[in-house]
Amino acid sequence: MIRMAEIPKEEYLEKCTTACAGCTSSLTLRYVLKAAGPDTVLVVPACCTSILQGTYPNTAFSVPVYNIAFAAAAACASGMSEAFSSIGKKTNVIVYAGDGGTVDIGIQALSGALERGTDFLYICYDNEAYGNTGMQRSGATPMGARTTTTPGGKTDAKKDIDRIVAAHNIPYQATATPAYPKDLFDKVKTALATPGPSFIHVLAPCPPGWRIASDMSVAVGKMAVKTGSWVLWERKYGELSISAPSKGAMKKRAPLREYLSLQGRFKGISESVVNELEQSIEKNLARLAKEEAGEC
Amino acid sequence: MLTVATGNKAVAAAVKAAKPAVVAAYPITPQTEIVEQIAEYVTSGEMDARYIPVESEHSAMTACIGASITGVRSFTATSSHGLLYMHEMLHWAAGARLPIVMANVNRALGPGWNVWAEHSDAFSQRDTGWIQIFVGTVQEAYDTTLMAFRIAEDQGVLLPVMVNLDGFTLSHIMQSLETLDPGDYIPPLVLPHRIDTENPAGYGTLTGPADYFKFRWGMEKAMRTAPSVIRDAEEEFFRRFGRRYGPVEEYLCEDADVVVVALGTLGVEAEVAVDLLRKEGIKAGSMRIRWFRPFPDLDVAGRDLVVLDRGYSFGFGGVLSDSIRSRYPSASIYSVVAGLGGQEVTYDDIADFIRDRKMGEEYWFGVDA
Repeated sequence: MIRMAEIPKEEYLEKCTTACAGCTSSLTLRYVLKAAGPDTVLVVPACCTSILQGTYPNTAFSVPVYNIAFAAAAACASGMSEAFSSIGKKTNVIVYAGDGGTVDIGIQALSGALERGTDFLYICYDNEAYGNTGMQRSGATPMGARTTTTPGGKTDAKKDIDRIVAAHNIPYQATATPAYPKDLFDKVKTALATPGPSFIHVLAPCPPGWRIASDMSVAVGKMAVKTGSWVLWERKYGELSISAPSKGAMKKRAPLREYLSLQGRFKGISESVVNELEQSIEKNLARLAKEEAGEC
Repeated sequence: MLTVATGNKAVAAAVKAAKPAVVAAYPITPQTEIVEQIAEYVTSGEMDARYIPVESEHSAMTACIGASITGVRSFTATSSHGLLYMHEMLHWAAGARLPIVMANVNRALGPGWNVWAEHSDAFSQRDTGWIQIFVGTVQEAYDTTLMAFRIAEDQGVLLPVMVNLDGFTLSHIMQSLETLDPGDYIPPLVLPHRIDTENPAGYGTLTGPADYFKFRWGMEKAMRTAPSVIRDAEEEFFRRFGRRYGPVEEYLCEDADVVVVALGTLGVEAEVAVDLLRKEGIKAGSMRIRWFRPFPDLDVAGRDLVVLDRGYSFGFGGVLSDSIRSRYPSASIYSVVAGLGGQEVTYDDIADFIRDRKMGEEYWFGVDA
């Protein structure tokens, strides 16, 4: 794993974004771009990142950003990737999309681009709701979380986009969170070095949406991993390996309540919903451990 | 080379000659033959293009957008519901000033399912900022597709172009076709705002009202520049290849008291009706409008216009009639709503519309007594 001192000093996200304080989606992007370098184009569908770039004619990003309609990011990247390749350019094409734009409205274009073997990296930064429009539930909102459209807590489970993506048998797939930046950096590097489609699913704690203090978003991300709510892993050409931070967490998991109680969105969550969340964590961990051991 | 081809095959052959770098493809009747033929060209090596078999028309247009912004030429083809599914991205392509060329094989919209010719699909995209041209013959489909790239990519235009051809009555009928080597008729594409990682910029960034307004005005300025660019493309085409086209294909209009106005194959059929009527001593003529957007100037003064409307704005009127009426408020118009859902309209029927015309009124052929 890369050492922090080795992560490039160059910044591609200037200190003038309009992101909320403590935004981990912009923190994620900062590391993504450090890993990708300047010969990179970002394709961004409607999401928080469409807004935090700043207002025309200014931009806070120092790589080209192509903003595109909500459902369209992966298809745009398909066209762009083929066009660059047709003129002999090796420019990185990276989709940077929120969870709504990935697991809900953008899933068809994503599936198509993956199936076609598009040479690109798709990053879903998942703050588990439609953040840009003021925190409405998305397919990625976890059960029990309160959003403006689930004021009593979401009654349905979080859609498992990773298993949907896995069904496309792409060369490289991973999960990450900027609370573990070295892990995130390495995974972006690996993804970009792998020909064909790559997908990285990043948990991005959101201070206003999750009702946490702005200086707590990294701590909450760490706690997501320590409780097993978020598992860090990568799958290269079908071979799964659980990443070091989650390996440690799986040996001795922190109690789920410690993760939930940090966040206002889970305030008043019932014991039965906590149990359901706990069961889904156990099931997920067991499935991943089995896959890593080659037992499924 | 002289050959025989369907309208669809003619479009595909023109696309091959125009050498796009990227073609996005999704099947839909009656367009499918275009993307099938291009797949054959690419597979056989006759055409050096990236062929992206997308999972929807929304993605077809989006893939063209993603390709076009890198500065390369791109093409796709669709029909009917496919065009409607692209609607959001049609606005995006025009707003982003991308010179994408698309063939739209005109077809009716459901429900009920109907695969035959109608113009409602194209009309419903009227205000997206696309240049729209309707063609009437196989040769014209070929020639206009070549022109479309030159027009779209002109530095004063930089707007996408939709070439419309009627489903089945043109897409699937065989006529003679002369293919050609366009040479430098279509100059290399230079997209001034192409993505360049050496010179990074934000595209489609959040934009306040004042700047947004300027971008919209820029689109309209381009639309107002387009007529001279299209005329130039048509003139240069005639000079090089010997076939002349204009904004309106006029037939025996000079001394006409009554003129049929139509788009696409109905306009070709109307010319036969005019011949019949002339034999009866009726001074009839025909105007087949090629450019729907930007809308051309028409000579409407002092004559009756029998407008064939193959698409309707419910609660208002025939779409072509309305365009003419709003441009020329004093025009004398008999609006004939005909040919919806592929309804057969023969030259005899058109001759009847002219003989029985009731100026200022609207007539639904096959419905009204």
